[in-house]
Amino acid sequence: MLQQVVNGLTLGSTYALIALGYTMVYGVLRLINFAHGEVYMIGAFTGLMASQIPGLPFPAALLIAMAGAAVVGVAIERIAYRPLRKAPRLAALISAIGMSIFLRNLTLAVMGPQTRAFPVPFEVRHFSIGRLRINSFDVLILVTSVGLMIGLHFLVQKAKIGKAMRATAQDMETASLMGIDVNRVIAFTFAVGSALAAAAGVLIGMNFNAVEPSMGMMPGLKGFVAAVLGGVGSIPGAMIGGILLGMAEVMGVALLRSEWRDAIAFGILALVLLIKPSGIFGGNLQEKV
Amino acid sequence: MPILEVRRVSKSFGGLTAVREVDLAINQGEIMGLIGPNGAGKTTLFNLVTGIYSPCSGEILFNGTNLAALRPHEITGTGLARTFQNIRVFGQMTVLENVMIGRHCRTRAGVWGAILGFPGVKREEKETRERCLELLDFVGLNVDPDEKASNLSYGQQRQLEIARALATEPELMLLDEPAAGMNPQETREIIGLIERIRDAGKIILFIEHDMKVVMGTADRVAVLDHGVKIAEGTPKEVQGDPDVIKAYLGDESDAIA
Amino acid sequence: MISPYYYQLLVITCINVIMALSLNLVTGCAGQLSLGHAAFMGIGAYTAGILTSVYGVPFLLALIAGGVSAALFGLIVGLPTLRLKGDYLAIATLGFGEIIRVTILNMKITGGAFGLRGIAKEANLATAAAAVFLAYWTLMRLMKSRFGRALTAIREDEVAAGAMGIDITRHKVLAFVIGAAWAGIAGGLFAHWFRYLNPSSFAFARSVEILSMVVLGGMGSLEGPVIGAVVLTYAPEILRGASDFVSRYRMFFYGAILVIMMLVRPQGLVGAGVFRNGLRLPEIHGLRGSKARRMQGPKLRTQETAKDSQQHAFAKGLGAAMPGGHRKGSTGTGVRQRGGDQHADS
Repeated sequence: MLQQVVNGLTLGSTYALIALGYTMVYGVLRLINFAHGEVYMIGAFTGLMASQIPGLPFPAALLIAMAGAAVVGVAIERIAYRPLRKAPRLAALISAIGMSIFLRNLTLAVMGPQTRAFPVPFEVRHFSIGRLRINSFDVLILVTSVGLMIGLHFLVQKAKIGKAMRATAQDMETASLMGIDVNRVIAFTFAVGSALAAAAGVLIGMNFNAVEPSMGMMPGLKGFVAAVLGGVGSIPGAMIGGILLGMAEVMGVALLRSEWRDAIAFGILALVLLIKPSGIFGGNLQEKV
Repeated sequence: MPILEVRRVSKSFGGLTAVREVDLAINQGEIMGLIGPNGAGKTTLFNLVTGIYSPCSGEILFNGTNLAALRPHEITGTGLARTFQNIRVFGQMTVLENVMIGRHCRTRAGVWGAILGFPGVKREEKETRERCLELLDFVGLNVDPDEKASNLSYGQQRQLEIARALATEPELMLLDEPAAGMNPQETREIIGLIERIRDAGKIILFIEHDMKVVMGTADRVAVLDHGVKIAEGTPKEVQGDPDVIKAYLGDESDAIA
Repeated sequence: MISPYYYQLLVITCINVIMALSLNLVTGCAGQLSLGHAAFMGIGAYTAGILTSVYGVPFLLALIAGGVSAALFGLIVGLPTLRLKGDYLAIATLGFGEIIRVTILNMKITGGAFGLRGIAKEANLATAAAAVFLAYWTLMRLMKSRFGRALTAIREDEVAAGAMGIDITRHKVLAFVIGAAWAGIAGGLFAHWFRYLNPSSFAFARSVEILSMVVLGGMGSLEGPVIGAVVLTYAPEILRGASDFVSRYRMFFYGAILVIMMLVRPQGLVGAGVFRNGLRLPEIHGLRGSKARRMQGPKLRTQETAKDSQQHAFAKGLGAAMPGGHRKGSTGTGVRQRGGDQHADS
């Protein structure tokens, strides 16, 4: 049982990293960034390539992956979303889903469909605490995720750009009147969200020793479910939602057959939408009339 | 016995109370003005009455029915229609189609009727069309009914919104700043239209900043400030009320800021 | 006679046209993005296929049963998600599509990953064409009716539509159910033409393909989805000889079509539907009217100044009736400006 909790925490913290990107972008733009799963995938590929540079330590490879994904995230916003910011939401949504499919298949064309192994840049150790078994991956994932989330918390709460982000999320019009460069804030939001997704991509890619072009679809969707569960637009919500979803999935697989792994997330989505669409921490997203 | 009765209604968003324990009663044949500075909660009150928001406490009775439990379209069905402060015509639809949407709750044709083209459906559609053309005439909107609504001028779109609301056969009309952004000529026409609507037997509650419209048409006026009703009476009475003057002028420091 | 190759291509075109037309009712007319349309096709295909091959039900009856079962699933998915505002439908339908695929994969009667075999070849070009005609005709009647008008109003402005007495949820769900029913019928045709069903035929990629057809042709119009379906069914076949890349990376092009059409020509090739006049108009009176207006931030007056001038104006009005023109200067400008934009665009 305790073993399941640890597994759930590890899986959940990666979902949380992905969910953060969704929730931050939704916070400022009220848009589901469908291409977020692809940013995660591109992050994993970048991390894989960086880790193949001889002599480069793993943290540096992780940082390169995060930076690369941040650039991609900003480019996506610039190309596919910014021109449609004043357009009906349907147009931006369609553009977002198009971008997701485009990036996935672009990667497929460039990198090929085969699954690549992610060479582990350090020695994997196994620890046993009583009946509980933990390996280096679990520790790495938990430490990295928690570290990034703490960093994000300070960034959003304390840094000037974080305050500008919160102001933009509250009311874009007023924020821009107060002298906030809204475009810069939005680009920054995409950069941060994408970097977090890339970190998740690298960690998962390494843990499962698999990186391939369509790896972003399911984690992308589950990251969104986690964001909805926690309350779209809420940063603590995304963290809690991710952990809860990870737990639920691990428990669910233990109880049901593993084929239903992916269905669990959508079952949870359906339940949240039926019972409390605003999620655990969701505020009132009602449109102003 | 008032037709619409708002009883101690409150609404807050997060920590901000937009409307606080407001009472309001409107009687048959009346035109009532709702005034107050920006952010006083006037439009919020409209949104509460029409079911777009639900009140945190209090009740809203319309002919004895509590509206708080109903959804917006059900409220419209009970005989209450509105216009919007920030015009919300259906831009991509034609002028006539916009008004025909107003008839939706008074017509019946369903999916099967439409597919199979029952004679009753065709008759209903024809009647709807004729009624709506009459309404366009009534509000004085002399444009091509097949013109796209977004091509209309600002003042014409306001008229169209009123025609659309009238098409729902309301007993009570809620007009949110009907004269906003209009020139003096258009404002005079709006005053005339409000009176014609009253003469057609409808009760009117309207929000307006233009005092010429308020003084010229309202039988009674209620004043909101910071979500609280601070005065009610005839336009003359309200005009002289010291609380009202203070609400509008604010303290000296407020006025400068 | 035409070659079997072209005959098959024509049947596929018919199936795709029905799919595009039915998705258009949901996405084009009612403005609700559905990303699981292929799942409804799958439900219809498996239902009809199993009914004829296992239970010996007559083809036409099975076809209708496929449509009905797809509609039923449409109701189950639509009721919880369509009550909500915004983008949940897109995600929910995407998830639903995946669940359906996994379910079919794990069921015995569907043949699981091996697929369902042994369905009789009951469909032909005549039945497919008849189905297209029927779909086109019913959807045309619907779009031009009181029901279709209500859908358009919902797409244009949900708040205003509700305030005008339209039951928004009911209409959205109805559109969704009707769309699902036609997708189910298209699936039944598919089953009885190819005689073999595999869950992967009804995966997310197929939903995207259908969406691309609707977007390319023009959302919200009648001709748009038809033209989009025809173009996207034939283009890969024509280009197949020219380049292997095209057929291998079809999805790449669908993604690009979706983005590029939204950026460059959102009204589609036909251009008579949702974005009839491009994107700038709905920006003013569009789906998310007030949102768009708020986004226009810098162009509008500040609330502070408006409030101030309004208060002063009212104060003057207390003494003597205020001149109407005065106030217009404060509140009117922002609005007038938007009005000006409209005319410049139309």
